[in-house]
Amino acid sequence: MFKSITLGQYYQTDSILHRLDPRVKLSATLLYIVALFVVNSFPGYLFAGIFLVCMIRLSHVPFSYMVRGMKAILFLLLLTMTFNLFLTPGEPLVQFWKLTITREGLSTAIMMAVRLSFLVIGSSLMTLTTTPTQLTDAMEAMMNPFKRIHMPVHEIAMMMSIALRFIPILMEETDKIMKAQMARGADFDSKNLMKKIQSMIPLLVPLFVSAFRRANDLAMAMEARCYRGGEGRTKMKPLVYQGRDRIAYVILFAFFAACIAFRATSHMVPFPLGALS
Amino acid sequence: MSLTIEDISFTYETGTAMQVTALDHISAEIPDNQFIGLIGHTGSGKSTLVQMLNGLLKPTSGRILYKGADIHADNFDRKNLRAKVGLVFQYPEHQLFEADVISDVMFGPKNLGLSQEECQRRAHAALRSVGMDKKFYEKSPFDLSGGEKRRVAIAGVLAMHPEILILDEPTAGLDPRGRDEILGLISEMKNRMNMTIILVSHSMDDVAEYVDRIMVMNRSHLVYDDTPARVFTHYRELEEMGLSAPQVTYIMQYLKEQGLPVSTEIFTLEEAAAEILAHRRELHV
Repeated sequence: MFKSITLGQYYQTDSILHRLDPRVKLSATLLYIVALFVVNSFPGYLFAGIFLVCMIRLSHVPFSYMVRGMKAILFLLLLTMTFNLFLTPGEPLVQFWKLTITREGLSTAIMMAVRLSFLVIGSSLMTLTTTPTQLTDAMEAMMNPFKRIHMPVHEIAMMMSIALRFIPILMEETDKIMKAQMARGADFDSKNLMKKIQSMIPLLVPLFVSAFRRANDLAMAMEARCYRGGEGRTKMKPLVYQGRDRIAYVILFAFFAACIAFRATSHMVPFPLGALS
Repeated sequence: MSLTIEDISFTYETGTAMQVTALDHISAEIPDNQFIGLIGHTGSGKSTLVQMLNGLLKPTSGRILYKGADIHADNFDRKNLRAKVGLVFQYPEHQLFEADVISDVMFGPKNLGLSQEECQRRAHAALRSVGMDKKFYEKSPFDLSGGEKRRVAIAGVLAMHPEILILDEPTAGLDPRGRDEILGLISEMKNRMNMTIILVSHSMDDVAEYVDRIMVMNRSHLVYDDTPARVFTHYRELEEMGLSAPQVTYIMQYLKEQGLPVSTEIFTLEEAAAEILAHRRELHV
Protein backbone atom coordinates (compact mmCIF):
# COMPACT_ATOMS: atom_id res chain seq x y z
CA MET A 1 0.00 0.00 0.00
CA PHE A 2 2.93 2.35 0.63
CA LYS A 3 4.18 1.63 -2.86
CA SER A 4 1.70 4.24 -4.06
CA ILE A 5 3.54 7.10 -2.38
CA THR A 6 6.23 8.09 -4.83
CA LEU A 7 7.10 11.43 -3.27
CA GLY A 8 10.85 11.48 -2.78
CA GLN A 9 11.54 8.07 -4.31
CA TYR A 10 14.21 7.62 -6.95
CA TYR A 11 13.06 6.12 -10.25
CA GLN A 12 15.81 4.04 -11.83
CA THR A 13 16.18 4.61 -15.56
CA ASP A 14 18.55 6.32 -17.99
CA SER A 15 17.74 9.78 -19.30
CA ILE A 16 19.43 13.12 -19.86
CA LEU A 17 17.82 14.39 -16.66
CA HIS A 18 19.22 11.47 -14.68
CA ARG A 19 22.70 12.20 -16.01
CA LEU A 20 22.64 15.95 -15.26
CA ASP A 21 24.78 17.26 -12.43
CA PRO A 22 22.65 17.23 -9.27
CA ARG A 23 23.60 20.87 -8.59
CA VAL A 24 21.89 21.83 -11.84
CA LYS A 25 18.77 19.91 -10.88
CA LEU A 26 18.70 21.38 -7.39
CA SER A 27 19.05 24.95 -8.66
CA ALA A 28 16.54 24.21 -11.40
CA THR A 29 13.99 23.04 -8.85
CA LEU A 30 14.53 26.05 -6.60
CA LEU A 31 14.36 28.42 -9.56
CA TYR A 32 11.24 26.69 -10.88
CA ILE A 33 9.51 27.11 -7.53
CA VAL A 34 10.43 30.81 -7.50
CA ALA A 35 9.22 31.10 -11.10
CA LEU A 36 5.85 29.67 -10.08
CA PHE A 37 5.46 32.60 -7.71
CA VAL A 38 6.76 35.08 -10.27
CA VAL A 39 4.23 34.34 -12.99
CA ASN A 40 0.68 35.37 -12.24
CA SER A 41 -1.12 35.15 -15.54
CA PHE A 42 -2.77 32.40 -17.53
CA PRO A 43 -0.15 32.42 -20.34
CA GLY A 44 2.55 32.39 -17.68
CA TYR A 45 1.18 29.25 -16.03
CA LEU A 46 0.61 27.66 -19.41
CA PHE A 47 4.26 28.32 -20.20
CA ALA A 48 5.42 26.89 -16.86
CA GLY A 49 3.17 23.88 -17.49
CA ILE A 50 4.58 23.24 -20.94
CA PHE A 51 8.11 23.53 -19.55
CA LEU A 52 7.25 20.97 -16.88
CA VAL A 53 5.70 18.54 -19.39
CA CYS A 54 8.82 18.81 -21.56
CA MET A 55 11.01 18.00 -18.56
CA ILE A 56 8.84 15.03 -17.64
CA ARG A 57 9.16 13.72 -21.20
CA LEU A 58 12.92 14.18 -21.04
CA SER A 59 13.13 12.31 -17.74
CA HIS A 60 11.65 9.05 -19.17
CA VAL A 61 9.73 8.65 -15.90
CA PRO A 62 6.17 7.47 -16.62
CA PHE A 63 3.66 10.28 -16.21
CA SER A 64 1.53 8.03 -13.98
CA TYR A 65 4.32 8.26 -11.38
CA MET A 66 3.88 12.02 -11.10
CA VAL A 67 0.14 11.69 -10.77
CA ARG A 68 0.56 9.00 -8.10
CA GLY A 69 2.77 11.42 -6.19
CA MET A 70 -0.04 13.94 -6.30
CA LYS A 71 -2.26 11.60 -4.28
CA ALA A 72 -0.22 12.40 -1.20
CA ILE A 73 -1.13 16.07 -1.33
CA LEU A 74 -4.70 15.72 -2.59
CA PHE A 75 -6.13 16.58 0.80
CA LEU A 76 -3.96 19.68 1.17
CA LEU A 77 -4.89 20.71 -2.35
CA LEU A 78 -8.63 20.42 -1.74
CA LEU A 79 -8.36 22.24 1.58
CA THR A 80 -6.47 25.16 0.04
CA MET A 81 -8.93 25.36 -2.81
CA THR A 82 -11.97 25.32 -0.54
CA PHE A 83 -10.65 28.02 1.75
CA ASN A 84 -9.65 30.26 -1.10
CA LEU A 85 -12.90 29.66 -2.91
CA PHE A 86 -15.15 30.72 -0.04
CA LEU A 87 -13.08 33.08 2.02
CA THR A 88 -11.73 35.52 -0.54
CA PRO A 89 -13.65 38.80 -0.42
CA GLY A 90 -14.65 40.39 -3.72
CA GLU A 91 -17.30 40.48 -6.40
CA PRO A 92 -19.91 37.71 -5.69
CA LEU A 93 -20.31 35.12 -8.42
CA VAL A 94 -22.48 32.39 -6.88
CA GLN A 95 -24.28 32.59 -3.54
CA PHE A 96 -26.00 29.83 -1.57
CA TRP A 97 -26.81 29.57 2.14
CA LYS A 98 -24.05 31.50 3.95
CA LEU A 99 -21.38 30.76 1.40
CA THR A 100 -20.32 33.08 -1.33
CA ILE A 101 -18.05 32.28 -4.21
CA THR A 102 -16.41 35.41 -5.50
CA ARG A 103 -14.73 36.07 -8.80
CA GLU A 104 -11.49 36.67 -6.96
CA GLY A 105 -12.02 33.55 -4.86
CA LEU A 106 -12.45 31.36 -7.93
CA SER A 107 -9.44 32.97 -9.51
CA THR A 108 -7.18 32.44 -6.47
CA ALA A 109 -8.45 28.89 -5.90
CA ILE A 110 -7.57 27.82 -9.44
CA MET A 111 -4.26 29.63 -9.27
CA MET A 112 -3.33 28.01 -5.94
CA ALA A 113 -4.28 24.57 -7.21
CA VAL A 114 -2.17 24.97 -10.33
CA ARG A 115 0.73 26.42 -8.39
CA LEU A 116 0.66 23.68 -5.77
CA SER A 117 0.40 20.86 -8.31
CA PHE A 118 3.26 22.24 -10.40
CA LEU A 119 5.30 22.74 -7.27
CA VAL A 120 4.87 19.14 -6.14
CA ILE A 121 5.35 17.63 -9.58
CA GLY A 122 8.36 19.83 -10.20
CA SER A 123 10.11 18.90 -6.99
CA SER A 124 9.20 15.21 -7.24
CA LEU A 125 10.72 15.29 -10.73
CA MET A 126 14.02 16.17 -9.07
CA THR A 127 13.85 13.39 -6.48
CA LEU A 128 12.66 10.89 -9.10
CA THR A 129 15.72 11.57 -11.26
CA THR A 130 18.33 12.16 -8.55
CA THR A 131 19.56 9.63 -6.03
CA PRO A 132 19.55 10.84 -2.42
CA THR A 133 23.34 10.63 -2.37
CA GLN A 134 23.68 12.90 -5.39
CA LEU A 135 21.16 15.28 -3.91
CA THR A 136 22.99 15.71 -0.64
CA ASP A 137 26.29 16.03 -2.50
CA ALA A 138 24.75 18.90 -4.40
CA MET A 139 23.39 20.47 -1.22
CA GLU A 140 26.72 20.23 0.50
CA ALA A 141 28.48 21.77 -2.50
CA MET A 142 25.99 24.60 -2.76
CA MET A 143 25.97 25.38 0.95
CA ASN A 144 29.76 25.44 1.12
CA PRO A 145 29.99 29.26 1.34
CA PHE A 146 28.06 29.12 4.63
CA LYS A 147 30.92 27.21 6.22
CA ARG A 148 32.59 30.56 6.75
CA ILE A 149 29.86 31.57 9.18
CA HIS A 150 30.39 28.26 11.02
CA MET A 151 27.33 26.52 9.73
CA PRO A 152 27.77 22.72 10.07
CA VAL A 153 27.24 22.18 6.34
CA HIS A 154 28.65 18.67 6.18
CA GLU A 155 26.68 17.52 9.20
CA ILE A 156 23.45 18.92 7.79
CA ALA A 157 24.11 17.20 4.47
CA MET A 158 24.93 13.93 6.23
CA MET A 159 21.75 14.09 8.30
CA MET A 160 19.73 14.83 5.19
CA SER A 161 21.21 11.93 3.29
CA ILE A 162 20.66 9.52 6.15
CA ALA A 163 17.08 10.70 6.57
CA LEU A 164 16.40 10.33 2.86
CA ARG A 165 18.11 6.94 2.74
CA PHE A 166 15.88 5.71 5.52
CA ILE A 167 12.59 6.65 3.87
CA PRO A 168 12.37 3.54 1.66
CA ILE A 169 13.78 1.33 4.43
CA LEU A 170 11.18 2.49 6.93
CA MET A 171 8.44 2.16 4.33
CA GLU A 172 9.47 -1.41 3.66
CA GLU A 173 9.63 -2.04 7.38
CA THR A 174 6.14 -0.56 7.83
CA ASP A 175 4.85 -2.81 5.08
CA LYS A 176 6.46 -5.85 6.70
CA ILE A 177 5.18 -5.13 10.21
CA MET A 178 1.74 -4.37 8.84
CA LYS A 179 1.65 -7.72 7.08
CA ALA A 180 2.94 -9.51 10.15
CA GLN A 181 0.20 -7.99 12.30
CA MET A 182 -2.40 -8.69 9.63
CA ALA A 183 -1.28 -12.31 9.73
CA ARG A 184 -2.28 -12.15 13.41
CA GLY A 185 -5.70 -10.85 12.46
CA ALA A 186 -5.07 -7.10 12.84
CA ASP A 187 -7.43 -4.89 10.87
CA PHE A 188 -5.98 -1.70 9.41
CA ASP A 189 -8.94 -0.77 7.20
CA SER A 190 -11.37 0.02 10.01
CA LYS A 191 -13.69 2.92 9.24
CA ASN A 192 -14.13 3.84 12.89
CA LEU A 193 -11.64 6.60 13.79
CA MET A 194 -10.99 5.45 17.38
CA LYS A 195 -10.44 1.88 16.22
CA LYS A 196 -8.19 3.13 13.48
CA ILE A 197 -5.99 5.00 15.94
CA GLN A 198 -5.90 1.95 18.22
CA SER A 199 -4.96 -0.30 15.34
CA MET A 200 -1.90 1.88 14.73
CA ILE A 201 -0.30 0.90 18.05
CA PRO A 202 0.77 -2.60 16.91
CA LEU A 203 2.31 -0.91 13.89
CA LEU A 204 3.96 2.16 15.43
CA VAL A 205 5.56 0.56 18.49
CA PRO A 206 7.59 -2.01 16.50
CA LEU A 207 8.36 0.66 13.90
CA PHE A 208 9.87 3.03 16.46
CA VAL A 209 11.77 0.21 18.11
CA SER A 210 13.25 -0.79 14.78
CA ALA A 211 14.06 2.82 13.82
CA PHE A 212 16.06 3.24 17.02
CA ARG A 213 17.75 -0.11 16.53
CA ARG A 214 18.74 0.86 12.99
CA ALA A 215 19.98 4.27 14.10
CA ASN A 216 22.11 2.59 16.75
CA ASP A 217 23.53 0.07 14.28
CA LEU A 218 24.30 2.77 11.75
CA ALA A 219 26.06 4.97 14.30
CA MET A 220 28.13 1.98 15.38
CA ALA A 221 29.00 1.09 11.77
CA MET A 222 30.03 4.69 11.02
CA GLU A 223 32.24 4.87 14.08
CA ALA A 224 33.76 1.50 13.27
CA ARG A 225 34.86 3.02 9.97
CA CYS A 226 36.36 6.02 11.76
CA TYR A 227 33.75 8.56 10.73
CA ARG A 228 34.45 11.80 12.57
CA GLY A 229 32.64 14.50 10.63
CA GLY A 230 33.44 16.40 7.49
CA GLU A 231 36.84 17.89 8.24
CA GLY A 232 39.38 16.92 5.62
CA ARG A 233 37.00 14.46 4.03
CA THR A 234 37.39 13.89 0.28
CA LYS A 235 34.87 12.53 -2.19
CA MET A 236 35.14 9.42 -4.29
CA LYS A 237 33.10 11.03 -7.03
CA PRO A 238 33.58 14.82 -6.87
CA LEU A 239 30.97 16.80 -8.77
CA VAL A 240 32.30 18.21 -12.05
CA TYR A 241 30.22 20.27 -14.48
CA GLN A 242 29.96 18.82 -18.03
CA GLY A 243 28.95 20.49 -21.28
CA ARG A 244 25.34 19.35 -20.89
CA ASP A 245 25.16 20.99 -17.48
CA ARG A 246 26.14 24.36 -18.94
CA ILE A 247 23.48 24.00 -21.64
CA ALA A 248 20.96 23.12 -18.95
CA TYR A 249 21.85 26.29 -17.01
CA VAL A 250 21.34 28.38 -20.16
CA ILE A 251 17.90 26.82 -20.77
CA LEU A 252 17.03 27.35 -17.14
CA PHE A 253 17.90 31.03 -17.11
CA ALA A 254 16.09 31.54 -20.41
CA PHE A 255 13.02 29.95 -18.82
CA PHE A 256 13.30 32.16 -15.77
CA ALA A 257 13.76 35.29 -17.88
CA ALA A 258 10.65 34.35 -19.86
CA CYS A 259 8.72 33.98 -16.61
CA ILE A 260 9.79 37.48 -15.55
CA ALA A 261 8.69 38.76 -18.95
CA PHE A 262 5.29 37.12 -18.45
CA ARG A 263 5.00 38.85 -15.09
CA ALA A 264 5.95 42.21 -16.54
CA THR A 265 3.24 41.98 -19.19
CA SER A 266 0.63 40.35 -16.98
CA HIS A 267 -1.24 43.53 -15.94
CA MET A 268 -3.03 43.22 -19.26
CA VAL A 269 -4.52 39.77 -18.53
CA PRO A 270 -5.26 38.99 -14.84
CA PHE A 271 -5.26 35.26 -14.24
CA PRO A 272 -7.37 33.26 -14.88
CA LEU A 273 -10.21 35.58 -15.65
CA GLY A 274 -8.38 36.68 -18.73
CA ALA A 275 -8.89 33.16 -19.95
CA LEU A 276 -12.47 32.94 -18.69
CA SER A 277 -13.82 36.23 -19.93
CA MET B 1 -6.78 -31.17 0.77
CA SER B 2 -6.29 -27.90 2.63
CA LEU B 3 -4.73 -25.53 0.18
CA THR B 4 -4.49 -25.75 -3.55
CA ILE B 5 -2.20 -23.47 -5.50
CA GLU B 6 -3.46 -23.27 -9.04
CA ASP B 7 -1.04 -21.91 -11.60
CA ILE B 8 -0.26 -18.65 -9.82
CA SER B 9 2.06 -15.90 -11.05
CA PHE B 10 3.02 -12.69 -9.33
CA THR B 11 4.71 -9.55 -10.60
CA TYR B 12 5.92 -6.67 -8.43
CA GLU B 13 5.61 -3.10 -9.76
CA THR B 14 3.82 -4.14 -12.93
CA GLY B 15 4.28 -1.72 -15.78
CA THR B 16 7.37 0.10 -14.49
CA ALA B 17 11.06 -0.19 -15.15
CA MET B 18 11.37 -2.04 -11.83
CA GLN B 19 9.01 -4.83 -12.87
CA VAL B 20 10.02 -8.11 -11.29
CA THR B 21 8.39 -11.49 -11.73
CA ALA B 22 8.51 -13.14 -8.34
CA LEU B 23 6.41 -16.21 -9.13
CA ASP B 24 6.04 -17.83 -12.50
CA HIS B 25 3.14 -20.28 -12.96
CA ILE B 26 3.32 -22.27 -9.77
CA SER B 27 0.99 -25.11 -8.88
CA ALA B 28 1.07 -27.29 -5.78
CA GLU B 29 -1.10 -29.01 -3.21
CA ILE B 30 -0.71 -28.48 0.52
CA PRO B 31 -2.45 -31.42 2.26
CA ASP B 32 -3.29 -31.83 5.94
CA ASN B 33 -0.71 -32.99 8.42
CA GLN B 34 2.45 -32.82 6.35
CA PHE B 35 5.84 -31.33 7.13
CA ILE B 36 7.07 -29.42 4.10
CA GLY B 37 10.39 -27.69 3.54
CA LEU B 38 10.30 -24.79 1.10
CA ILE B 39 13.84 -24.15 -0.04
CA GLY B 40 15.28 -21.50 -2.28
CA HIS B 41 18.07 -19.02 -2.61
CA THR B 42 17.53 -15.39 -1.57
CA GLY B 43 15.18 -13.78 -4.09
CA SER B 44 13.88 -17.08 -5.47
CA GLY B 45 10.30 -16.09 -4.62
CA LYS B 46 9.75 -18.31 -1.58
CA SER B 47 8.74 -15.46 0.75
CA THR B 48 6.35 -14.14 -1.89
CA LEU B 49 4.81 -17.59 -2.25
CA VAL B 50 4.08 -17.98 1.46
CA GLN B 51 2.47 -14.53 1.61
CA MET B 52 0.11 -15.75 -1.11
CA LEU B 53 -1.03 -18.67 1.02
CA ASN B 54 -2.79 -16.56 3.66
CA GLY B 55 -4.04 -13.95 1.25
CA LEU B 56 -1.65 -11.11 2.17
CA LEU B 57 -0.66 -10.84 -1.48
CA LYS B 58 -2.97 -11.41 -4.37
CA PRO B 59 -1.60 -13.36 -7.34
CA THR B 60 -1.42 -11.47 -10.62
CA SER B 61 -2.89 -14.56 -12.26
CA GLY B 62 -4.03 -17.96 -11.04
CA ARG B 63 -6.04 -18.97 -7.97
CA ILE B 64 -5.49 -20.21 -4.46
CA LEU B 65 -8.16 -22.47 -3.03
CA TYR B 66 -8.74 -23.15 0.65
CA LYS B 67 -10.87 -26.28 1.04
CA GLY B 68 -12.06 -25.70 -2.51
CA ALA B 69 -13.02 -22.02 -2.12
CA ASP B 70 -11.15 -19.24 -3.92
CA ILE B 71 -9.56 -17.11 -1.19
CA HIS B 72 -9.86 -13.93 -3.25
CA ALA B 73 -13.56 -14.33 -3.93
CA ASP B 74 -15.59 -11.36 -2.63
CA ASN B 75 -17.49 -13.31 0.00
CA PHE B 76 -14.46 -15.19 1.32
CA ASP B 77 -13.55 -14.55 4.97
CA ARG B 78 -9.85 -13.73 4.70
CA LYS B 79 -9.52 -12.85 8.37
CA ASN B 80 -10.57 -16.37 9.27
CA LEU B 81 -8.14 -17.72 6.68
CA ARG B 82 -5.30 -15.89 8.40
CA ALA B 83 -6.17 -17.74 11.59
CA LYS B 84 -6.24 -21.07 9.75
CA VAL B 85 -3.05 -20.41 7.82
CA GLY B 86 -0.68 -18.97 10.42
CA LEU B 87 2.31 -17.16 9.03
CA VAL B 88 5.39 -16.43 11.11
CA PHE B 89 7.48 -13.86 9.28
CA GLN B 90 11.24 -13.61 9.13
CA TYR B 91 12.58 -12.05 12.33
CA PRO B 92 9.13 -12.29 13.94
CA GLU B 93 10.51 -10.73 17.14
CA HIS B 94 10.37 -7.37 15.35
CA GLN B 95 6.59 -7.40 15.49
CA LEU B 96 6.29 -7.59 19.28
CA PHE B 97 4.67 -4.47 20.69
CA GLU B 98 2.73 -5.13 23.89
CA ALA B 99 3.78 -4.21 27.41
CA ASP B 100 4.08 -7.84 28.50
CA VAL B 101 4.56 -11.22 26.88
CA ILE B 102 1.12 -12.60 27.64
CA SER B 103 -0.77 -9.65 26.11
CA ASP B 104 1.33 -9.88 22.99
CA VAL B 105 0.46 -13.54 22.50
CA MET B 106 -3.20 -12.70 23.16
CA PHE B 107 -3.24 -10.14 20.34
CA GLY B 108 -4.06 -12.74 17.66
CA PRO B 109 -6.87 -14.55 19.53
CA LYS B 110 -8.34 -11.17 20.54
CA ASN B 111 -8.54 -10.16 16.89
CA LEU B 112 -10.54 -13.32 16.28
CA GLY B 113 -13.15 -11.94 18.69
CA LEU B 114 -12.66 -14.60 21.38
CA SER B 115 -13.49 -14.01 25.04
CA GLN B 116 -10.82 -12.78 27.47
CA GLU B 117 -10.71 -16.19 29.23
CA GLU B 118 -10.39 -18.10 25.98
CA CYS B 119 -7.64 -15.73 24.78
CA GLN B 120 -5.78 -16.24 28.03
CA ARG B 121 -6.21 -19.99 27.90
CA ARG B 122 -4.88 -20.14 24.35
CA ALA B 123 -1.98 -17.80 25.14
CA HIS B 124 -0.92 -19.94 28.10
CA ALA B 125 -1.11 -23.11 26.00
CA ALA B 126 0.83 -21.52 23.13
CA LEU B 127 3.56 -20.20 25.42
CA ARG B 128 3.82 -23.58 27.08
CA SER B 129 4.20 -25.33 23.74
CA VAL B 130 7.11 -23.06 22.75
CA GLY B 131 8.71 -23.79 26.09
CA MET B 132 8.25 -20.39 27.71
CA ASP B 133 7.96 -20.55 31.47
CA LYS B 134 5.25 -18.82 33.53
CA LYS B 135 7.82 -16.44 35.00
CA PHE B 136 8.12 -14.74 31.58
CA TYR B 137 4.40 -13.94 31.21
CA GLU B 138 4.49 -10.55 32.92
CA LYS B 139 7.86 -9.50 31.50
CA SER B 140 8.24 -6.93 28.76
CA PRO B 141 8.97 -8.70 25.46
CA PHE B 142 11.75 -6.16 24.86
CA ASP B 143 13.67 -7.48 27.89
CA LEU B 144 13.91 -11.02 26.53
CA SER B 145 16.84 -12.55 24.66
CA GLY B 146 16.71 -12.95 20.86
CA GLY B 147 15.75 -16.63 20.97
CA GLU B 148 13.10 -16.05 23.65
CA LYS B 149 11.57 -13.17 21.71
CA ARG B 150 11.33 -15.38 18.67
CA ARG B 151 9.59 -18.12 20.62
CA VAL B 152 7.09 -15.59 22.00
CA ALA B 153 6.40 -14.37 18.46
CA ILE B 154 5.82 -17.93 17.25
CA ALA B 155 3.48 -18.46 20.20
CA GLY B 156 1.60 -15.36 19.03
CA VAL B 157 0.72 -17.16 15.82
CA LEU B 158 0.19 -20.57 17.44
CA ALA B 159 -2.42 -19.07 19.78
CA MET B 160 -4.65 -18.55 16.76
CA HIS B 161 -4.78 -22.36 16.37
CA PRO B 162 -3.72 -22.58 12.74
CA GLU B 163 -4.23 -25.72 10.65
CA ILE B 164 -1.24 -24.78 8.55
CA LEU B 165 1.74 -23.09 10.17
CA ILE B 166 4.21 -21.36 7.88
CA LEU B 167 7.56 -20.29 9.28
CA ASP B 168 9.67 -18.01 7.10
CA GLU B 169 13.35 -18.59 7.93
CA PRO B 170 12.69 -19.23 11.62
CA THR B 171 16.39 -19.82 12.32
CA ALA B 172 17.74 -16.66 10.65
CA GLY B 173 20.20 -14.84 12.87
CA LEU B 174 20.24 -17.45 15.63
CA ASP B 175 23.35 -19.19 16.93
CA PRO B 176 23.65 -22.98 16.36
CA ARG B 177 22.11 -23.72 19.73
CA GLY B 178 19.15 -21.37 19.17
CA ARG B 179 18.74 -22.90 15.72
CA ASP B 180 18.57 -26.46 17.07
CA GLU B 181 16.15 -25.36 19.78
CA ILE B 182 13.75 -23.75 17.34
CA LEU B 183 13.94 -26.60 14.84
CA GLY B 184 13.45 -29.17 17.60
CA LEU B 185 10.50 -27.19 18.86
CA ILE B 186 8.90 -27.10 15.42
CA SER B 187 9.21 -30.81 14.78
CA GLU B 188 7.88 -31.54 18.24
CA MET B 189 4.87 -29.30 17.58
CA LYS B 190 4.32 -31.12 14.31
CA ASN B 191 4.14 -34.46 16.09
CA ARG B 192 1.90 -33.20 18.86
CA MET B 193 -0.58 -30.97 17.10
CA ASN B 194 -1.29 -32.70 13.80
CA MET B 195 -0.89 -29.66 11.65
CA THR B 196 0.77 -29.00 8.37
CA ILE B 197 4.00 -27.08 8.76
CA ILE B 198 5.78 -25.29 5.97
CA LEU B 199 9.34 -24.45 6.89
CA VAL B 200 10.93 -21.86 4.62
CA SER B 201 14.70 -21.91 4.52
CA HIS B 202 17.70 -21.53 2.28
CA SER B 203 19.56 -24.27 4.06
CA MET B 204 18.98 -27.95 3.30
CA ASP B 205 20.73 -28.87 6.55
CA ASP B 206 17.94 -27.09 8.42
CA VAL B 207 15.12 -29.08 6.93
CA ALA B 208 16.48 -32.42 5.72
CA GLU B 209 16.21 -34.05 9.13
CA TYR B 210 12.59 -33.25 9.73
CA VAL B 211 10.48 -32.84 6.62
CA ASP B 212 8.34 -35.26 4.60
CA ARG B 213 8.51 -33.23 1.44
CA ILE B 214 10.76 -30.61 -0.08
CA MET B 215 9.73 -27.89 -2.51
CA VAL B 216 12.63 -26.16 -4.23
CA MET B 217 12.19 -22.67 -5.67
CA ASN B 218 14.63 -21.19 -8.14
CA ARG B 219 14.23 -17.91 -10.02
CA SER B 220 10.46 -17.72 -9.41
CA HIS B 221 9.89 -21.32 -10.55
CA LEU B 222 9.03 -24.35 -8.49
CA VAL B 223 11.69 -26.75 -9.75
CA TYR B 224 11.40 -29.77 -7.47
CA ASP B 225 8.53 -30.94 -5.31
CA ASP B 226 9.22 -34.38 -3.91
CA THR B 227 10.46 -36.43 -1.00
CA PRO B 228 13.85 -35.34 0.40
CA ALA B 229 15.49 -38.51 -0.91
CA ARG B 230 14.46 -37.85 -4.49
CA VAL B 231 15.17 -34.13 -4.34
CA PHE B 232 18.72 -34.73 -3.09
CA THR B 233 19.53 -37.02 -6.00
CA HIS B 234 19.58 -33.76 -7.98
CA TYR B 235 22.38 -32.43 -5.84
CA ARG B 236 24.39 -31.23 -8.83
CA GLU B 237 21.46 -29.16 -10.12
CA LEU B 238 20.86 -27.89 -6.59
CA GLU B 239 24.44 -26.67 -6.47
CA GLU B 240 23.92 -24.71 -9.64
CA MET B 241 21.01 -22.97 -7.91
CA GLY B 242 23.29 -21.97 -5.06
CA LEU B 243 21.78 -24.64 -2.83
CA SER B 244 23.23 -27.92 -1.73
CA ALA B 245 22.30 -31.27 -0.29
CA PRO B 246 23.03 -31.80 3.42
CA GLN B 247 26.72 -32.21 4.13
CA VAL B 248 26.43 -35.87 5.13
CA THR B 249 24.89 -36.70 1.76
CA TYR B 250 28.12 -35.52 0.15
CA ILE B 251 30.16 -37.74 2.42
CA MET B 252 28.03 -40.76 1.53
CA GLN B 253 28.29 -39.87 -2.13
CA TYR B 254 32.08 -39.74 -1.82
CA LEU B 255 32.25 -43.05 0.03
CA LYS B 256 30.20 -44.72 -2.68
CA GLU B 257 32.43 -43.30 -5.38
CA GLN B 258 35.41 -44.72 -3.48
CA GLY B 259 33.87 -48.18 -3.65
CA LEU B 260 31.96 -48.56 -0.37
CA PRO B 261 28.45 -49.77 -1.30
CA VAL B 262 26.58 -47.42 1.07
CA SER B 263 23.22 -45.83 0.38
CA THR B 264 23.39 -42.19 -0.70
CA GLU B 265 19.83 -41.46 0.40
CA ILE B 266 20.98 -40.32 3.79
CA PHE B 267 20.50 -36.88 5.27
CA THR B 268 21.20 -37.01 8.95
CA LEU B 269 24.33 -37.65 10.95
CA GLU B 270 22.77 -40.56 12.86
CA GLU B 271 21.64 -42.39 9.71
CA ALA B 272 25.05 -41.86 8.18
CA ALA B 273 26.82 -43.31 11.19
CA ALA B 274 24.55 -46.35 11.23
CA GLU B 275 24.97 -46.93 7.51
CA ILE B 276 28.76 -46.72 7.65
CA LEU B 277 28.88 -49.07 10.64
CA ALA B 278 26.66 -51.54 8.79
CA HIS B 279 29.23 -51.64 6.01
CA ARG B 280 32.32 -51.70 8.17
CA ARG B 281 33.18 -55.30 7.18
CA GLU B 282 33.64 -54.13 3.65
CA LEU B 283 36.11 -51.48 4.70
CA HIS B 284 39.53 -52.68 3.66
CA VAL B 285 41.64 -50.82 6.12
